[in-house]
Amino acid sequence: MAALFIDVEVDANIAKDADIAAKLVEVCPVNIFAKTNGDLQIVEDNLDECVLCELCLNAAPAGKVKVKKLYGPKQVLVRKD
Amino acid sequence: MRFYEFESKKLFGMKGIPLPSGSRVAKSAAEAKEIAASIGGPVVLKSQVLSGGRMKAGGVLFADTPDEAVAAAEKILALEINGHAPVGVLVEGRAPIDQEYYVGVTWDGFARQPVMIFSDMGGIDIEEVAEKHPEHIAKRNFSTLAPFSEFMAKELVAAVGVSGGELNKLTQITTRLARTFIEHGLTLAEINPLARLADGTFVCLDGHVDMEDEARDGQKALLAKLEIDPQEKRQARPPTKFEQDGVVVDSADHRGVAGNVVEFDGDLGLVIGAGGGSLTLFDAVRKHGGRPANYCEIGGNPSVSKACNLTKLILSKPGVKKIAVMMNVVSNTRVDIVARGVVKGCVELGFDPAEKIAIFRIPGSWEGDGFQILEHYGVEYCDRSVSMFEAAGRAVAKMKDA
Amino acid sequence: MSILISKDTTFIIQGITGREAVNMTRECLDYGSKIVGGVTPGRAGREIYGVPVYDTVQAITSKTRVDGSIVCVPPAFTRDAVFEALAGGIQIIVIVTERIPRFEVAQMVEMAKAKGARIIGPNCLGVLSPDEAKLGGLGGRAVDAKKAFTKGPIGVMSRSGGMTTEMCNTLTAAGLGQSTAVSIGGDAIIGSTYADLMPLFEADQETKAIVIYCEPGGRMEAELAAYVVEKNSRLPIVAFMAGRFMDEMPGMRFGHAGTIVEGKADTTADKIEGIEAAGISVAERIEDIPGLVKQRLGMS
Ligand code: SF4
Repeated sequence: MAALFIDVEVDANIAKDADIAAKLVEVCPVNIFAKTNGDLQIVEDNLDECVLCELCLNAAPAGKVKVKKLYGPKQVLVRKD
Repeated sequence: MRFYEFESKKLFGMKGIPLPSGSRVAKSAAEAKEIAASIGGPVVLKSQVLSGGRMKAGGVLFADTPDEAVAAAEKILALEINGHAPVGVLVEGRAPIDQEYYVGVTWDGFARQPVMIFSDMGGIDIEEVAEKHPEHIAKRNFSTLAPFSEFMAKELVAAVGVSGGELNKLTQITTRLARTFIEHGLTLAEINPLARLADGTFVCLDGHVDMEDEARDGQKALLAKLEIDPQEKRQARPPTKFEQDGVVVDSADHRGVAGNVVEFDGDLGLVIGAGGGSLTLFDAVRKHGGRPANYCEIGGNPSVSKACNLTKLILSKPGVKKIAVMMNVVSNTRVDIVARGVVKGCVELGFDPAEKIAIFRIPGSWEGDGFQILEHYGVEYCDRSVSMFEAAGRAVAKMKDA
Repeated sequence: MSILISKDTTFIIQGITGREAVNMTRECLDYGSKIVGGVTPGRAGREIYGVPVYDTVQAITSKTRVDGSIVCVPPAFTRDAVFEALAGGIQIIVIVTERIPRFEVAQMVEMAKAKGARIIGPNCLGVLSPDEAKLGGLGGRAVDAKKAFTKGPIGVMSRSGGMTTEMCNTLTAAGLGQSTAVSIGGDAIIGSTYADLMPLFEADQETKAIVIYCEPGGRMEAELAAYVVEKNSRLPIVAFMAGRFMDEMPGMRFGHAGTIVEGKADTTADKIEGIEAAGISVAERIEDIPGLVKQRLGMS
């Protein structure tokens, strides 16, 4: 079943950067990022486990990773600087 | 974990505590006959259940011949005692008794040390002896740091006036019992009665052993020798299917706890926590006249999937109309994570969370996000200004029209 | 004032690099607690939120005064960690770890007694003195802890960590602050029982009343009742008793490890009778606690 509460978006160019991809896989405590044959994947099944820790936002250049809450008003977590 | 009598005796036997002749457990009447024949004299047959009151219920019978033993074993094996089916029948030799004693080792919560208890009035409830015949009972704590020494047991036994050859025999048995208690993480090691037979020897007529769950990991070797499944949970009654499924949900991942599910027969499912909060909330639901379908404990910040699967388990239980999701003010468990889990559980089963969740009362850590989720799904929730008792009342009220 | 801890209490965290401990370190620092070091063998030289990590307790105690320690290591290592803290002369040891075999707990308690030190827990969330310090996870994040706990005249002791926060939150909402809240732990054998801590509250002039959370199982409430009668305590006590339903279910273990009805003395009915006879007021619901406290203090 699709995620109900959280969506994560990674800029397509960033997803191709092996170093950043590896970092994302490493920092996320609930394994939302995975690397299968070199490509960065979002693990749909784990999206709802996101703990909103923002570690992924800090692991990539500003604005390139977005964590969206699919509930309530303040919807998108994104690093500005 | 309570041991069956035959397991207790097997353990005692391994430690050199004398048992009645030929003491062995039989799973069938035929096996009982064999044991009785090998003993070759009068025997006693005892139902192996964890429930008390065996004697009164007819779970203890005597036989003088192997054929009588077959008949007795058949009766016992077919007899449920307080809803417990026996796991076997213990067969052992019977000999004339001169006197019965009591010896036990357990924890003393005041002293925070183990305590040995001895009495020359065995065979009856030891608390009754303590109340009515205090001069027939002796107690002695012993250190957990200093090595156990025999004189400690000797002082205990001598304190009720036992002397002569008996003193030495009883000291030895008590010492062995205390050392068994220490070595195997027991919370109770008890021989009652400990009988002095007509020939002057002592035997353990009945034994109780309780091992704490926390000690089990370190006692795998012993449990294997006693053929006890290390996973086996021995509550006062065997676990139901629902409760076993709860264990599966809880062990799916290591994040937090969403388990300790206990089945009741009501219509209001409870997703409650943590240890103390669950007790408080269960009382509150009952006080309002609600009928809980289950008890459970969530805590330690379980994953969304764990909360979700627990919700699904409870909602799928026959007769459950709604669930109430309630906890004390939480610090480490996150409100938003639990909210996601329970909403998801409803949705995945094709239910409307607003309809299925009678009330959500978990204030505390990350409540802002949690409440947003609940609002989004139209679930009735309350914050810390609404007491646990009041929240339980609201849930019960909703059941009236469910 | 407060008991056990104050603003000046210096303490360390044993097992500081564990996941939960890292969290707790941050919460305690944010609350204003003085953490002077952490211990994780093999991790010396690291820092957790600015707190230096050492291999041994001695490496810290040899340099600086350490009043307390929070022990947050896995069950199999807890006894050793506590012995290490005691050997270092640390006086207050909060054991957070749960599922420690009872025999080992008893050994730690016995050793602490011999050293004149005090153990809180195991299986507890620690101690919090509002506006002073917090030693342990009680109340969670500093911002959340400040919502639930406020300074005032009530001493709180509870066998349940979560219910400590719930009760303090209720007291706070009713304008009754707390001198110190102690989560004493949910195990059958614990370092400090209600009766053990009573003399400290008695000696604290700011404390005017006591609120406790009780459960079935054990003799701790009976011990408190005996203490109150014997010492003629100046402090009125209000108790909340959870788990009344368990009276009908002997032999079943619910909630904490120490919560089981094994005999009549373990039931809530028996306990309530005992503590009421000692003059302790029993609240049926959490929200009744503030009213009873005020009544006992002649405030209403
Ligand atoms: S916010 Fe944290 S949990 Fe969520 S995706 Fe990013 S790293 Fe993972």
